[in-house]
Amino acid sequence: MESTIFILLLPFLSFLLLGVFGKWFSHKAAGLIGTASLLAVAVLSYMTAYDYFFCTARTAEGVLPTLMPYNVHWLPFFAEGLSFDMGIMLDPISVMMLIVISTVSLMVHIYSFGYMHGERGFQRYYAFLSLFTMSMLGLVVATNIFQMYMFWELVGVSSYLLIGFYYTSPAAIAASKKAFIVTRFADLFFLIGILIYGYYCRSFGFEFDQAGFAQGAAMLPLALFLMFIGGAGKSAMFPLHIWLPDAMEGPTPVSALIHAATMVVAGVFQIARLFPLWIEYAPGTLHIVAWVGAFTAFYAAAVACCQSDIKRVLAFSTISQIAFMMVALGVCTEYTTGHHHVGSLGYMASMFHLFTHAMFKALLFLGAGCIIHAVHSNEMSAMGGLRKYMPITHITFLIACLAISGIPPFSGFFSKDEILTAAFAYMPAMGWIMTAIAAMTAFYMFRLYYGIFWGTENKELHAHHTPHEAPLTMTLPLVFLALVTCGAGFLPFGHFVSADGQLYDIHLDWDIAGTSIVIAVASIFLATYIYMGERQPKADALAEKFKGLHQWAYKRFYLDEVYQYITHRIIFAHISKPIAWFDRHIIDGFFDFLANGTHALSFRIRGFQSGSVQKYAFVFLLGTLALLTIMVLA
Amino acid sequence: MLLGLWLARDVKGVRAVMVAGSTALLVLAGYLTVTFLGDRAAGATDEMLYTASLNWFEPLHIKYSVGVDGISVAMLLLSAIIVFTGTFASWQLKPLTKEYFLWFTLLSLGVFGFFISVDMFAMFMFYEIALIPMYLLIGVWGSGKKEYAAMKLTLMLMGGSAFLMCGIFGIFYGAGGQTMNIVEIANHTGGAHAIDFAQQCIWFPLTFIGFGVLGALFPFHTWSPDGHASAPTAVSMLHAGVLMKLGGYGCFRIAMYLMPEATHELGWIFLILTGISVVYGAFSACVQTDLKYINAYSSVSHCGLVLFAILMLNQTSCTGAVLQMLSHGLMTALFFALIGMIYGRTHTRDIRELNGLMRIMPFLSVGYILAGLANLGLPGFSGFIAEMTIFVGSFQNADTFHRVLTIAACCSIVITAVYILRVVGKILYGTCTNEHHLQLTDATWDERFSVICLILAVAALGMAPLWVSDMINTGVAPIVDHIHATSHTVSTCNPFN
Repeated sequence: MESTIFILLLPFLSFLLLGVFGKWFSHKAAGLIGTASLLAVAVLSYMTAYDYFFCTARTAEGVLPTLMPYNVHWLPFFAEGLSFDMGIMLDPISVMMLIVISTVSLMVHIYSFGYMHGERGFQRYYAFLSLFTMSMLGLVVATNIFQMYMFWELVGVSSYLLIGFYYTSPAAIAASKKAFIVTRFADLFFLIGILIYGYYCRSFGFEFDQAGFAQGAAMLPLALFLMFIGGAGKSAMFPLHIWLPDAMEGPTPVSALIHAATMVVAGVFQIARLFPLWIEYAPGTLHIVAWVGAFTAFYAAAVACCQSDIKRVLAFSTISQIAFMMVALGVCTEYTTGHHHVGSLGYMASMFHLFTHAMFKALLFLGAGCIIHAVHSNEMSAMGGLRKYMPITHITFLIACLAISGIPPFSGFFSKDEILTAAFAYMPAMGWIMTAIAAMTAFYMFRLYYGIFWGTENKELHAHHTPHEAPLTMTLPLVFLALVTCGAGFLPFGHFVSADGQLYDIHLDWDIAGTSIVIAVASIFLATYIYMGERQPKADALAEKFKGLHQWAYKRFYLDEVYQYITHRIIFAHISKPIAWFDRHIIDGFFDFLANGTHALSFRIRGFQSGSVQKYAFVFLLGTLALLTIMVLA
Repeated sequence: MLLGLWLARDVKGVRAVMVAGSTALLVLAGYLTVTFLGDRAAGATDEMLYTASLNWFEPLHIKYSVGVDGISVAMLLLSAIIVFTGTFASWQLKPLTKEYFLWFTLLSLGVFGFFISVDMFAMFMFYEIALIPMYLLIGVWGSGKKEYAAMKLTLMLMGGSAFLMCGIFGIFYGAGGQTMNIVEIANHTGGAHAIDFAQQCIWFPLTFIGFGVLGALFPFHTWSPDGHASAPTAVSMLHAGVLMKLGGYGCFRIAMYLMPEATHELGWIFLILTGISVVYGAFSACVQTDLKYINAYSSVSHCGLVLFAILMLNQTSCTGAVLQMLSHGLMTALFFALIGMIYGRTHTRDIRELNGLMRIMPFLSVGYILAGLANLGLPGFSGFIAEMTIFVGSFQNADTFHRVLTIAACCSIVITAVYILRVVGKILYGTCTNEHHLQLTDATWDERFSVICLILAVAALGMAPLWVSDMINTGVAPIVDHIHATSHTVSTCNPFN
């Protein structure tokens, strides 16, 4: 387990090397350095996982132990019980995340060889990728909430840098700024949550059996809720999701890594990390998580149905799927596992879905990257009929679509089914809502699929530039991820991760699974019926019929405009400007007035200093007289 | 210890001497830090180490006594780094080079003297020594409305010193008129007795405001934007980097340490003012269009945080305050250095006229982004650890009054992000549309050297904060304990309690 330190150090060193000396490396060398270090990280992560899950002895209760190979005192706070430590903590979810991050990141590194080929700033790109990977790995292995916050911020910065990678494009600049500021705003609540947590529980650590929690119990729901707001910002929950669709301005592999598979699930991971506290001290607040998740899932799915930019569709689909994970965590009501305890099924389901989703969503994004690479556009209108040109991309994309729609035997089916079971156990209404959203998912994914690979070919555009299959460096990751997507559903996931660490066998509830399959297949048929043909009269007719609604959803319900209004009109124009004016004119004016006043006053009274003796004598006489009068009168 | 060096150096004033001198200073400061840490580790428990004392003006009991504790060592190290890099940043300064460096050195003399003094009067004198060169440096070598700015800065700071002088003499006589030594007054030794409460309530605001003017306390901060905007690069660096720290240091060492009861009684008023500084400075920075103004307001906000933290009155927040002084000193120096370099090339600081500099001067742009990220508290740089220590410390005060202010101060981290990213997006990213700017060149070796040194310092502090933080705490702990030991009263006149 000592080797885990290299999981963090290697990407960091490769970041420093490429970041500082990048200029002197050729593109190939830079890419190879980045990829090689990531390959080493991936190998180490797999070794750690193997060691942890199969070679580490379980405790007497059958629970996997929490290991802490490193934990150093990093910054003392000189207050009772509080300090800022840095270390590595291994437990089922952090090891699972190590696997997810290193796998997807490795695939993205390989893929970027082809995708970013010949781009200016290639070395910088790999440096940022390494930085991101390091920060994300640091986040998941954090031993305390403050370390998590620290890497949380670093992840945000690397995301900022990568979204703004094409720094000459105004859209990319605006998007990167927006992403950073929105998440920073959410992080403010996270920070306050941490402060409350630290103050009342006298610890920042993740060891949950201390007496401190009992004494801080009254404030914990508030602290956890504030932290959830921070998580909602990173995980793009409504209404803090607005940055994620814009973040698609970054290079596509970056979207796959950061904005689909890893960083955006940080919020889910955060709740999972603090789960024992949630369930023990703040079960009421957990309902809020569930309903925020459910609403976001619905909202994002509705918007995804109307977008025409393929990356935007995928972005909203990501929001919706992450919301599924949130719902799964939110519907937990107890802290035990086993077949009879469906109350804590959601925890496992959420982590399972996180795992499978990371793989198939990365696959979708990388596939989309191949398509964009081929047609040089993000718009669906430039696509259509691409299945002839790009067979590998086509097949792998189809597999991912089937997985996300919840069709067996692909991985998404298994994890989504667990979520639905947990939702039904919580409240039938929640179960049906989630089933309906799952149906919408299948619908918009197949709308996307048919729009890209079937439908009308944009012959005019393709005549100039015939689309072609991507190079091997790009298709290889696709094939690998597709294989994972086919097989991951059969993993006995409950053996590795469960709410209280006990072994747990996943079993399918065929009532629910059956229903969800039927509904998913039905919506796929509906999408086929509407979108498969050469032209799409039915879709156009529908859009025409519900024009207002369609426009509303297409514009993402005008939420961006609302935010724009608040930031520009209210904060800039009505807070900052007046303050600046006040400062220049009132406060500064006052001091200028003092100075000018003194100046003017001395100008006035300098006449007294005339130097003529008669005048002085006269004033002296007057003064003496006045004094005498006063003395006499008194 | 550091004295001989300055005297030898003042007479000349050419680059070589400057480099030799500032390097020697840096080495000495480094050496001092190491020996200090060593001695502390070896068990030296006195409040001040390496003390020396010289009778100076017997009738008023003024002595030239020096000594250092954890706080002043940290500050000396900071000053040495900034003087060192400032020398390189003003390498190409043309007219009157010799005179410029002479005043520059005198300014640093004042600063160093201030930090090592243990005698109130000597401290005050060094404070004045640091102020006067500033007037000339801005007035002669500055840019823009330099005479106005120089005059304003000097007058406002002099106004502050007037308050300060009253305060210092008040303390001196209030404590019995036997000694000017700070440690002696605080511990009631050497003929000093406790200052009575009513007097403390008069002298505390006077000294606090006196130093607060220099620490850019709202509403006495308005000299800072104009002064910074007109000052030449290295002077801005030294000014924002070190001189503004004199304020925080003085408030802590004189106003609060010597008058603990009044601190408890009246601290809340200043706490509100500093709270305003923090948020107000950040909001003002959002709409400025001159790079130096943005930075000056950002300094108001960050220095406000320093004063804010010391008034929170616990070890954590006060350690955080000193960390913030260090970190802000380095970051702002870096910022002003870069702005100066950009200005030297483009001859404008208006963000509306600058764009796409990334392609033209990649080194300076990357430096600017790093400085910006450090400023908004990116982990791995010093800003993060300082702010976190302050917030954790401030949060230890559990009453609503302190909580509300702490949360308001936390909000500033979001606003900081807004104004930093706004500038970065506007001037560095995008495509350059100004044809004259296309021919500009990137940084020269001396500029690179100074920028790299500062970035390394910021990163080193951010990556390995443990030893600095511990060292500072050895200085902070006795003072904070002292403030708490003499008084446990809750302020009677605070309407928010």
